[in-house]
Amino acid sequence: MSAPTLTEPPEAEVRTNKQTTRIGDRIFAGLSRGSSLLIMLTLASVFVFLAIEGIPGLRQPETIYRPATTFIGYTAPLVFGTVLAAVLALILAVPFAFGIALFISHYAPTRIAVPFAYLIDLLAAVPSVVFGLWGAMALSAASQPVQAWLEEHAGFLPFFAGPVSATGRTMLTAGIVLAIMILPIITALSREVFARTPRLHEEAALALGATRWEMIRMAVFPYGRSGMVSAVMLGLGRALGETMAVAMVLSASPVVTLNLISSTNPATVASNIAASYKEGTPGKIHVLIATGLVLFVLTFAVNFAARWITSRNERRMAR
Amino acid sequence: MTSLESPPAAADTLPISHPRLPSWAGLVVAVIAVSLAGLITLLLDWGVVALAVVALLLFTVGLPIWSLILENRRSAVDRLMTNLVWAASLVAVLPLVWLVWLVVAKGGSAVNGEFLMSSMRNVVGVGGGIHHAIFGTLLVTLVAALISVPIGLFTAIYLVEYGKGSRLARWTTFLVDVMTGIPSIVAGLFALALFVLVFGPEIRNGFMGSVALSLLMIPIVVRSSEEMLRLVPDDLREASYALGVPKWRTIVKVVIPTALGGIITGITLAVARVIGETAPLLLTAGLTDSDNFNPFSERMTTLPVYIFSQFSSPGVRLPDGSDPPGFARAWGAALVLIVIVMALNIVARIIGTIFAPASSRRS
Repeated sequence: MSAPTLTEPPEAEVRTNKQTTRIGDRIFAGLSRGSSLLIMLTLASVFVFLAIEGIPGLRQPETIYRPATTFIGYTAPLVFGTVLAAVLALILAVPFAFGIALFISHYAPTRIAVPFAYLIDLLAAVPSVVFGLWGAMALSAASQPVQAWLEEHAGFLPFFAGPVSATGRTMLTAGIVLAIMILPIITALSREVFARTPRLHEEAALALGATRWEMIRMAVFPYGRSGMVSAVMLGLGRALGETMAVAMVLSASPVVTLNLISSTNPATVASNIAASYKEGTPGKIHVLIATGLVLFVLTFAVNFAARWITSRNERRMAR
Repeated sequence: MTSLESPPAAADTLPISHPRLPSWAGLVVAVIAVSLAGLITLLLDWGVVALAVVALLLFTVGLPIWSLILENRRSAVDRLMTNLVWAASLVAVLPLVWLVWLVVAKGGSAVNGEFLMSSMRNVVGVGGGIHHAIFGTLLVTLVAALISVPIGLFTAIYLVEYGKGSRLARWTTFLVDVMTGIPSIVAGLFALALFVLVFGPEIRNGFMGSVALSLLMIPIVVRSSEEMLRLVPDDLREASYALGVPKWRTIVKVVIPTALGGIITGITLAVARVIGETAPLLLTAGLTDSDNFNPFSERMTTLPVYIFSQFSSPGVRLPDGSDPPGFARAWGAALVLIVIVMALNIVARIIGTIFAPASSRRS
């Protein structure tokens, strides 16, 4: 959109209302630049205020961190739980998301693909608290037999060691709910990337006798690889910060375990904030804000990496 | 073939075509898969869900195996991937259907006139409603929109009209990207930290919730408005300049009206996105049992927070042993919330289609 043909507005030539024109323009330019600066200021103040209110949380009396004794000891299991839930959600969601994206961009006839894409977008519109309600009251009970089956037949793996939870409200259920929540975002981004594959690449592959899957592997995936990676990273960022689904599905305890189906599950940073906020004394609130800062830095790093990959790739494509 | 003077030596060893599965192969495999699955589930006494799963698995694997025997490995892989892609798409729709069905079924029985018109004031056990929560949600979201729309729109105007290529514009674009990724609970913590620092540790009100929500809403508004403003053809701007219209009048009278449909669609979608946010409102707007129409004082219940609180403290089981009354209220509120969100999405779509032909005709 850089338009070299765009002439500058005839500011100086206006004879009538010269004064109001100049003032109007100045006010308008100032307002729009001001909004831009305000966004910068806001983001900086997110850091600053979280730091001001969070740093006292690093040095509270030991009883606040119960059952741990230090801030690190309090936060480490939470970070572990956050990463575990997010990675589990990614493992479940990514194959489906890419499959659906391919379905929409390459497999389904347009008559089906357009409404189907809209359907997946609707999935993103469902509020997280409703997902949490569904996960805690329907999915957990329905998946309990499956989890029991997993313990029986795959119990040698540390993930399914059991003893299996009777309610089904486990890390596995939380992971499934999270996976469904991040599915639309990964699908939407990778769908766009797949659809941008040059038509000529695809037709060349098909003309050489490639089957449709070979065409996708040789033309679509290489072209969209970095887009796929950044889509996954953005999904990860969303999964790390998701609160309500995990808070409602899990009844958490501060443990570090890979066991996905037992009744003692690690909390995530976000769900811990939502759960322990209500009975929070000011000291506890400081601690929670500090963990929030940790979460912010974590998601910031992941999102930053995703954007960096995208922008690097765009530069490469432009060349 | 006769015109070809020296046929390649390999021609008689390499067949030009290979056997293909007939076009009805998929149907046959589907029938076999369903009947086999029926047999297995009957023998092992499993349910209907298991039947569907087994049938889907058998079909997904069955067709490629036949293809492997009759055609070749490459076709078999191709058919397998096609089946997997279709299966993944089918499976992904299930949670949505299940969830919507459940919310409508369970929420439908809870929602009635009394439920919509009463608050939770002095309610113990059964009864009560979401009147206060509906108004809380609408007020908090409205104030959030009042904060976000001007800031977002002016930022988009800056990015498209004034700051093209400048360093500030590049930084703004980057920071808006970063803002898109802020976890909603961090937005809530920010509003909490900000207000606690200024007004003391006990402050909770609806306006704090609006601030938190606008942190999530601004990047969406900027993104969509920016995209829409960029679609406005430069010819229109130049024509306006040529008539001696100053830049700001051009933006207000020409650029924004042209892009208005898209901008409104984007704002509506942004509202739909944040109206269901729970975590930031839980920390800031809090929970109360009565109506509160003043966003600047006292706590204010919103629908998502209402759902969460009814779910986490549903009350005691009823004397007849059925579920605690809170669960029914949570489902009812969930139905109302989903209806609001879906209505906003549909409105956005309608606005989009009404305005889309006009703008494409102009460009």
